[in-house]
Amino acid sequence: MLHPVPTLKETPSQTAGPYVHIGMTPNWAGIRGVYDADPGATMVSADTPGTRIILSGRIIDGAGVPVSDAVVEIWQADGNGSYGRPVGSSAEARPAFTGWGRQPANGEGEFRFETIKPGPVPGPDGRPMAPHVAVWIVARGINIGLQTRIYFADEEAANARDFVLNRIPDPKRRATLIARKEEGDVPQYRLDIHLQGDSETVFFDM
Amino acid sequence: MNDIILPGDDQGALFARDRSWQPPAYTPGYKSTTFRAPRHALLSLPGTASELTGPTFGDMPLNPLDNDLIRNYSQDGGEAIGQRLIVYGQVLDENARPVPGTLVEFWQANAGGRYRHKREGYLAPLDPNFGGCGRAITDANGFYHFRTVKPGAYPWPNGANDWRPAHIHFSIFGHAFAQRLITQMYFEGDPMIWQCPIVGSVPDKAGITQLIAKLDRHNTTPMDALAYRFDIVLRGRRSTLFENKLEGN
Ligand SMILES: [Fe+3]
Repeated sequence: MLHPVPTLKETPSQTAGPYVHIGMTPNWAGIRGVYDADPGATMVSADTPGTRIILSGRIIDGAGVPVSDAVVEIWQADGNGSYGRPVGSSAEARPAFTGWGRQPANGEGEFRFETIKPGPVPGPDGRPMAPHVAVWIVARGINIGLQTRIYFADEEAANARDFVLNRIPDPKRRATLIARKEEGDVPQYRLDIHLQGDSETVFFDM
Repeated sequence: MNDIILPGDDQGALFARDRSWQPPAYTPGYKSTTFRAPRHALLSLPGTASELTGPTFGDMPLNPLDNDLIRNYSQDGGEAIGQRLIVYGQVLDENARPVPGTLVEFWQANAGGRYRHKREGYLAPLDPNFGGCGRAITDANGFYHFRTVKPGAYPWPNGANDWRPAHIHFSIFGHAFAQRLITQMYFEGDPMIWQCPIVGSVPDKAGITQLIAKLDRHNTTPMDALAYRFDIVLRGRRSTLFENKLEGN
């Protein structure tokens, strides 16, 4: 069996700091005229196929305080379960969905993505994983970006078979990854992400 | 022969992240980690397509001034004030292969150490012609470059009198969402690097050294800008042709 080893060490991570918005969402931070739009701000267009959803929640720290300086990125499959095309590529080449979104948390620690519901993606054993969104969170006080996932409460059967969820034996901890559904003109899914504490979200090393 | 690495392979498994090389979540010297560090161990799992793919930016049209912080926020046609720099480097993976076509974003304080941000309270003045953000996409050999002014050191609320060494923040994507990285670049020879609690979150001195850009006299623009080189290493793929064929990943 072959065991390749890395020849270089990964560059150490450093916190994004409290002013991350200058670099990642400059228009949102009031720095206008440098970029036409903040990268990742818009995930869908009028011709994006799939079921429109709003994915939102809050980031909360171990003292119960909203993390109002976080930036959240998501990466997800399209409605058919396939992963995206280059961000910003020409309209002809792009099927109107890049799969990648980036949003700052607001003063209440609240993030909000207008996206589509992802389709199932094959897992390591070839069987489908439950629909999910990969999540990456950075902020002041986070030394290395936190990886997690958001699953959907109305996918009960698929969630019960999901290989990641099944690696979390404690049902209370497993529930930290599953967004509840709220009805609306556009279906809304909400999940609070707790960095620490009794309801601490499950974070991954993947 | 079995360890041929596929140059176009963007699906293969990544080397596990060396968590002993990376900063732990909780580092008491950096007080903001106190309530923001998860206390449970991270759940280790093999990456799936959701982590081994990621957004790509090779075709994203950039504005010509996106990598020129001296001019990209100019309000009156003038240039940012400060010591003029070229910062450049190569994005590589742990296999020492260049990472082409990836987005590199950077942001920083102005020459006086002041950020253009509503939460910033340092009394150093804003520079009307300096916004503080820029971006570049790496070329076929993984290189990026930009022009800027040297950021000033600044005080921050942590200990009674903590100052950040001059630094530039970097965000790098790679080709897999699990390669996503945010870091900070420091300047060779700065004594303040070694007293900073954020720098000190990195456990190994050799790791800290990786964050220090080297003065590069050869790429200086005469009578204009000094050059600093900052190479960045992202997680690498451990898959081989052999494994891909037999195990299909
Ligand atoms: Fe900073």
